[in-house]
Amino acid sequence: MSKYVITQDQKRCIGCLACVVHCKVENDVTLGARFCDILPVGPKDINGVPRILFVYLNCFHCEEAFCMKACPTGAMTRRNQDGIVYVREDLCIGCKSCIKACPWGIPQWNSKTGKVFKCHLCMHRIDQGQRPACVEGCTTSCLTFTVPEEATQKTRQLYAERIAENLKAMLW
Amino acid sequence: MINRRIVYSLCCMCTGRCPIMVEVENEVIKHIWGNPHVFGAKSLCPRGAAGVAFEYDNERPQYPMIRDGERGSGQWRRVSWDEALDFIADKLKGVIEKYGARAIALSDRGGPHTELHKLFLRAIGSPNYFTHHATCSNSVHNAHMSIAGHARNTVSYDYKNCKYMVVFGRNLLESLITGEARNVIDMISSGGKLVYIDVRWTYTASKAYKFFMINPGTDYALALALLNVIINNNLYDVDFVNKNVIGLDYLRTFIQPYTPSWAEKETGIPAEEIVKIAQEAAEAKPSVIFHPGWMTAWNEQDFYFRRAIYALNALMGSYEAKGGIVIAKGAADAGVKIKQPTALAPKVTEERCDGAGSTYPWIRAQWGLLQRLPEVIERGDPYPVKAYIAMRHDPLASMPEPETWIKAFEKLDLVVSIDVNWSWTGWYADVILPESTYLERTDNVIVRRGLRPQLALRQKVIEPRFDSRSRFQIFKALAERLGKGEFFPWKNEIEMVNWQLEGTGFTFEDFSQRGIIDLTKEPIWYDRNNLKFDTPSGKIEIYSEFLEKAGIPSFAPYERPQTPPENTLRLITGKVAVHTQGRTTSNNPILNELVPENHLYIHPSFAKKIGVKDGDLVEVSANGVKEKITVRVSSLVHPEIAFMLHGFGDPVPLRTRSYGKGASDVRLMQGKLKVSIGGNCPLFETFISIKKAQ
Repeated sequence: MSKYVITQDQKRCIGCLACVVHCKVENDVTLGARFCDILPVGPKDINGVPRILFVYLNCFHCEEAFCMKACPTGAMTRRNQDGIVYVREDLCIGCKSCIKACPWGIPQWNSKTGKVFKCHLCMHRIDQGQRPACVEGCTTSCLTFTVPEEATQKTRQLYAERIAENLKAMLW
Repeated sequence: MINRRIVYSLCCMCTGRCPIMVEVENEVIKHIWGNPHVFGAKSLCPRGAAGVAFEYDNERPQYPMIRDGERGSGQWRRVSWDEALDFIADKLKGVIEKYGARAIALSDRGGPHTELHKLFLRAIGSPNYFTHHATCSNSVHNAHMSIAGHARNTVSYDYKNCKYMVVFGRNLLESLITGEARNVIDMISSGGKLVYIDVRWTYTASKAYKFFMINPGTDYALALALLNVIINNNLYDVDFVNKNVIGLDYLRTFIQPYTPSWAEKETGIPAEEIVKIAQEAAEAKPSVIFHPGWMTAWNEQDFYFRRAIYALNALMGSYEAKGGIVIAKGAADAGVKIKQPTALAPKVTEERCDGAGSTYPWIRAQWGLLQRLPEVIERGDPYPVKAYIAMRHDPLASMPEPETWIKAFEKLDLVVSIDVNWSWTGWYADVILPESTYLERTDNVIVRRGLRPQLALRQKVIEPRFDSRSRFQIFKALAERLGKGEFFPWKNEIEMVNWQLEGTGFTFEDFSQRGIIDLTKEPIWYDRNNLKFDTPSGKIEIYSEFLEKAGIPSFAPYERPQTPPENTLRLITGKVAVHTQGRTTSNNPILNELVPENHLYIHPSFAKKIGVKDGDLVEVSANGVKEKITVRVSSLVHPEIAFMLHGFGDPVPLRTRSYGKGASDVRLMQGKLKVSIGGNCPLFETFISIKKAQ
């Protein structure tokens, strides 16, 4: 797993696909391919209102990546410094093994180059101290680029605040 | 060596004009973000982000062209700017000599970047300036003017602090503007309650505290019942109403028949839920918004429905309240005076050709009644109109009955399309002038009104990619050719901007650091005890003597909407986040990829009745006009409606991605080039037949 994680606040996500467009512009993602994606699931009736879930999906940058294991040429590469899994275009022969191997359908086909390309968390931006384009451009700021330690801490904090809200109702 | 720079500007992918931050590398635009100095983040909606794809798309007019065949034949010849402008000027001179300047009409999409077109019309002496609002916000605008002396957009909504918001079909989270969507989500995230009412489920409904699927066309009944509960149970803000509202007794009498149980039968919303909405809103007052809507060209009674919504806000005391409807402060409120280009030429006093402000005294002349133009052209009544300029506006694609327009064009000596896109109107024009894109031109300074008014500027980011010109250059050149150059005294856009800013202490350069200029640090609130409304009485006029004198009742009795004739459905249209302005986005390489065509959403009961299933291609027709579209069967649309996205069914072959995809909604809106009481076209009174396509 890369040392980073992108979290999504479902309450704020409106399924507008700004993340997809910002990503496509930033990474010149060709027609038909998407690095990150929003998958609307539903709607399902929850307490009388049909609710839809917008599932944000980008590469997990797995520690033991299926795509890397499947790649016969070593094109699918893991960056030592932070664990980002990316494609070395010069080594990719376009065999699509990674596409078949990834259980989440992450590697994408670049119809212009005849090679695979995929989410690399905008590592050119990370290297300049910036956040991935999907996170940066999100209309409602529902995506957060963080590290797991911070993400879990934030979740705990929010949980604690919810308890405090309940206490308020009980005590006052 | 890479030369990187940042330019702050204003987006123009839709009419939201969001502040943007553009990254440029070696004179190539790499990315467009939201302006973080405004949004607190680089957030920008998908259309704004796709501005890069728009700029580098070659499928747009690249040089001036003069028609070289029949209108609509697609035969053009490339000409120089001088030849195109001379051609237009000669034709306009001919029209002016023979029929007077009033025979020249111009339409655009409205908004604050219309100064130069309006100045041009004033300079030559034509009163016939039109906006697209006949199919957008005419009814809500005229309703607000009549009740509170405010335009639709001289108030804003304090969403962030709102505790309870009732929204009628304004799909805030799909038909979205970046800042507004962020604020609405902030409101919901911090516990504000959104009650969403629509004839179909939307993503906005998904985020709502409560969602009611209302019987189509009955929203006015719901608003009247809410007024009934609020008045009869004394749930209103007595102090605010006493100080600011006239006509409460009139309204009290008027709404007596409209009880919640009556409204239940009309709207399909349970009476106890209607009572609950009124009670919950009253508990949250004045931090309450009954949202008046934006695209309100729905039906004949729209004007009264919108007046009823504004009356609800008045009763809640939500005007100028935290979390309510706030009066949008302008530059003058911050003690700053901005000069507007239109002020250079005298107002044209001649009567308009469409009757706005005269035949229809309650309909404001400033936006006009564009739906009347084809009829005026055809009949020459009240006087001939012989030339038409469509300025970044595509009425054939956005107004009902494009065929009626095309026929009316036959009576014109000149049709000009000035646009950054290929348009349907352009296809039937005599001359196409390519405007430089919003990333290639500088426009006039605008005021972003609100609690904290700001100045903002759209400025040139890169040199034009093609042989295009800015609207400044185009209208200055035309004015000069018509001997009216003195009204455009500036050499270039920057000189105009600096002239606008004279005496403010600011200059063009001041936009470079943050893109906007804050005119105040603290929010400006008016004293709620001394509010002044720009109505004859200075108060909110639930009862309006002005209207009554014009023969228009302050509120009209509710009329039950027509039930769809046998085997037809009521056509409803709307937007999604990637396409809100129809033709300006449908051929965009990225946005077209995400949503390439529109579908027809119908209820399972109707699908079963006509024997179609999800994914079938159907033929939809109205009054002999036919379109083909793929069906989606959904129980989340009202059984009496058929829903489709606006802006598809593109007939212009030069737009290869969107050409022929999906169905055109406006072609089906037969008989809707009509003036409803609010000045709007009653678009959602269209009924369509549906059958499986052969």
